[in-house]
Amino acid sequence: MNRSFVSIADYSKEEILHLVRRAEYFEQYPNQKVLEGKVCATLFFEPSTRTRLSFETAVNRLGGRVIGFSDAATTSSSKGETLKDTIKMVSNYADLIIMRHYLEGAARYASEITDVPIINAGDGANQHPSQTLLDLYSIYKTQGRLTDLTITMVGDLKYGRTVHSLLTGMSHFNPIFRFVAPEELHLPDIYRQFMDINNIRYYEYTDFSPEVINQSDILYMTRVQRERFTDLVEYEKVKNIYVLTNAMLKGSRDNLRILHPLPRVNEIAQDVDDNPKSYYFEQARNGVYARQAIICNALNLK
Amino acid sequence: MKKELQVAALENGTVIDHIPSEQVFKVVSILGIEHLKTPVTIGYSLDSKKMGKKGIVKISNKFFEEDEINRLSLIAPSVKLNIIRDYEVAEKKQVSLPDSVTGLVKCNNPKCITNNEPMPTHFSVIDKENVTLKCHYCEIKIKKEDIILL
Repeated sequence: MNRSFVSIADYSKEEILHLVRRAEYFEQYPNQKVLEGKVCATLFFEPSTRTRLSFETAVNRLGGRVIGFSDAATTSSSKGETLKDTIKMVSNYADLIIMRHYLEGAARYASEITDVPIINAGDGANQHPSQTLLDLYSIYKTQGRLTDLTITMVGDLKYGRTVHSLLTGMSHFNPIFRFVAPEELHLPDIYRQFMDINNIRYYEYTDFSPEVINQSDILYMTRVQRERFTDLVEYEKVKNIYVLTNAMLKGSRDNLRILHPLPRVNEIAQDVDDNPKSYYFEQARNGVYARQAIICNALNLK
Repeated sequence: MKKELQVAALENGTVIDHIPSEQVFKVVSILGIEHLKTPVTIGYSLDSKKMGKKGIVKISNKFFEEDEINRLSLIAPSVKLNIIRDYEVAEKKQVSLPDSVTGLVKCNNPKCITNNEPMPTHFSVIDKENVTLKCHYCEIKIKKEDIILL
């Protein structure tokens, strides 16, 4: 049975809860030598230092060894080798493949051409499920639960894959969503239809007002990504619209926590960093625990 | 008024009727009719009471498999098939949309792995009524009017 981790949509409520509890366990006991003698490949066809370091830290804390590359320019794929051939080749060496690719669907395809489990560390604009699991774990950890929470997502809701995946992952837990985005970057129709079918309550705003913040348990900020725009004039128009400042948090709930997948540019002002409600740096640390849980799950180690 | 046959009758074979005129040549290509060695009559822009203009394809001595003809449902869900044996209609068939489609439709996402690797495309049909496909790989959804055949 292939235990690849490709898309959060493949996971049931119970499986997500299991992974979240495993992440909690690894936070308590981060150094476990369960990968002793195992080799994990990190194939980064597109550079992503943060994600790669997080995965490699997770493997190291579990006692495994890492091989791989961090930029496809130095590999045979720059000579025109197919993804299939690269995956087939690496499958001879590694017990697990962690891959990031610039093409959408690359991880799903890879999981179909090898028996070695594939962990999707991001496939273009499509999925980034380990980010989703660390977001879910961060929510669980700060709120004590995943059910019945109000999640407000701000910024680029059109291209932000972390937003789409978190929405999918949270859909099992009776959330209320509030979406704050400019007209040009609002949530795609398919996600609205998805929520309608699943009876999920949601509200949409173009104004980023304290009123919305004050009704939230989680404030999920996102960066308006320059690389997603073909028209840079359009980017310049929208990039500075949704900026969170400390003053805006005055009337917010005590349990509110501010999340951000990082890197941030200017959408969270520096003066928020000292507010105890800011959580984005701890969130990044949770990524290692979440990835330890994902790696063990893929290798069937509980 | 005397009803005149616009296309000659078949002795044995398959008649694909009620094809929207603009889809006739797509039907021909999906079924690979241009590679057949048997006689084929292709009618284009014929008068139809129901459709205004329609197309019809008559293929002698050829009977298609169910999954072959169901591929037509993507572009012409309204077509009717008559299976002819000895100048009589032996059977009438309609096409129905399959649950998934492999190697027939192009993914419209240029950054999809299927457009960058030598591999077949694969879609699941997520809405049979409105004909909406979802790419098994990059997960984008394709509406009926945006479907491009390979």
